Amino acid sequence: MTQPSNAPFSFLYQDRGGQIFLSLLLAVTLLVPILNVAVSPESALHVPSYMVSLLGKYLCFALLALSVDLIWGFAGILSLGHGAFFALGGYAMGMHLMRQIGDRGVYGDPVLPDFMVFLNWQELPWYWYGFDSFAFAAVMVLLVPGALAFLFGWFAFRSRVTGVYLSIITQAMTYALMLAFFRNDMGFGGNNGLTDFKDILGYDIQGDGTRLALFVASALALALGYGVGRFIAASRLGRVLVGVRDAESRTRFLGYRVEYYKLFVFCVSAMLAGIAGALYVPQVGIINPSEFAPANSIEIVIWVAVGGRGTLYGAVLGAILINYGKTYFTGALPEAWLYVLGSLFILVTLFLPKGLVGSLPAFSLPRKQESPQAHAGEDKPSDTPHPPSPTSEARP
Amino acid sequence: MTVLSARPERHDTILYLNGVSVAFDGFKALNDLSFYVEAGELRAIIGPNGAGKTTMMDVITGKTRPDSGDVYFDAMTDLTKLDEAAIANLGVGRKFQKPTIFEQHTVFDNLELALAGDRTVWRALFFRLSQEQKDRIEEVLETIALTAHKDQQAGSLSHGQKQWLEIGMLLMQDPELLLVDEPVAGMTDAETVQTAELLTSIAGKHSVVVVEHDMDFVKSLNCRVTVLHEGSVLAEGSLDSVAADERVIEVYLGR
Repeated sequence: MTQPSNAPFSFLYQDRGGQIFLSLLLAVTLLVPILNVAVSPESALHVPSYMVSLLGKYLCFALLALSVDLIWGFAGILSLGHGAFFALGGYAMGMHLMRQIGDRGVYGDPVLPDFMVFLNWQELPWYWYGFDSFAFAAVMVLLVPGALAFLFGWFAFRSRVTGVYLSIITQAMTYALMLAFFRNDMGFGGNNGLTDFKDILGYDIQGDGTRLALFVASALALALGYGVGRFIAASRLGRVLVGVRDAESRTRFLGYRVEYYKLFVFCVSAMLAGIAGALYVPQVGIINPSEFAPANSIEIVIWVAVGGRGTLYGAVLGAILINYGKTYFTGALPEAWLYVLGSLFILVTLFLPKGLVGSLPAFSLPRKQESPQAHAGEDKPSDTPHPPSPTSEARP
Repeated sequence: MTVLSARPERHDTILYLNGVSVAFDGFKALNDLSFYVEAGELRAIIGPNGAGKTTMMDVITGKTRPDSGDVYFDAMTDLTKLDEAAIANLGVGRKFQKPTIFEQHTVFDNLELALAGDRTVWRALFFRLSQEQKDRIEEVLETIALTAHKDQQAGSLSHGQKQWLEIGMLLMQDPELLLVDEPVAGMTDAETVQTAELLTSIAGKHSVVVVEHDMDFVKSLNCRVTVLHEGSVLAEGSLDSVAADERVIEVYLGR
């Protein structure tokens, strides 16, 4: 079980929790459109369109949480600034949607978005060029977060900034970006951000069909993100990352250039976060600088911690449960929500250190096939206490 | 001993330190240290706490840059210009004082990660073990007596087994020079004897530098001994000759 076999997609066969997760995701992706379109609105089973977008939003948050788990759970890099990559992906998509408005804006300018007309700008800034093309915007959704992650990671990992110091500078990064994007002369709509989108790829952005398509696209992106993350985790690269997390110096003295391994996975993670942001923006209809707020990035880490890190699907579960809770509580008991979130985080840290999925037997990893002599050979009791883990259950 | 691939014996210097000094906040951890190790040699280094043994290993493996002095590997390569990963890939393996293994990985995976070969990110992403490499891992598992535990999490091994696993990882790297810091700490007497046999058998094809406090163990290695004191070499020679040295008795053995 420890080594992937040579069969294609073997990285998915050996992953029971992942199979459960992907099956559930497939079921939801098929069921929601059916319940939205084929069931009459009077029926209790009907899923209204606003709910479709809400579920799509949860899936985007799930992908964002997955991207954080990929670096935190496997490589031990605790990013408290991942909201920045999410927001940058969102802005790239938002810029495309702004250009799609064309002359249907309030001021009717065929080229300039409303906020630029309002600021008396005469022409489009150079960095807005190309965003009228969807393909260009789609590339930027990956490239901008990826490039920022590369630049940031290049300096941070080469200087061997680790642990809490790295977390603090990721916070500083997202905070600095938030302040920058708040400025009107940055050319991203300042305080108000980008909004009033009309359509995407020629379809009405508010239309029921578009909402369903965006929901399905979010589900596909989440499945794809899971596949990428799982492929990395199951590869030798994934084992090196766990080695970096648990004994960084050992990894270095074995000849691995730890900084490049961290840089690679940090960039992949930032791009996944960018995709999540790009799918989030058309479903909520707005992107503004508050997405860069440091508190947002900290909340993502809570989703992952509650769900259980180092499994990828745990992060998904945490993101969906907490965001559902947030939707519920901010409606029913708005002033209670922050207390609920805070106590949840404390309780999970105290009583479920491996998160929710670490406590669910159904999600446990398949037991290692131990040969009979493995037990016979264990005449020496372990003298080192170690945290309980799925694999240690197999020991007598 | 067939575990390590055969390499022709060489009689030039594998490790050459000349006038190396390192100071931490004014404290001279290494003070004009000069010593060399021949290819294929087994060398024991002893010395009281604070003599600079670990700092010396840090300098050789690129963790610490010397303030002055030369460090050459294989007579040609200046180690003071390289980082840890580059030095490891040149063929210098290091075992830490406290066993440092990947506790969350299985014993097998620990050895697999140490396997000599390409260390680039891209290759690691698409890496597949060949049969030959599997056999090699099995061979080392036999040598370190952990075959029965190969699928067990490394963190659940006993202290002595962890020490052996780390030595096994060094063997997987197939380095020219092995730096072994206190390999028998926490081992039973029987394990200590086996470790001495293992290290002695490795020497010849590989150069081995062992730092150790356990005098019986050093005696059983039956090799040249270097005594460090206050960051420089105090005495060098057979264990019997250094043990008879007045200065050595005064600073170390006599206590």
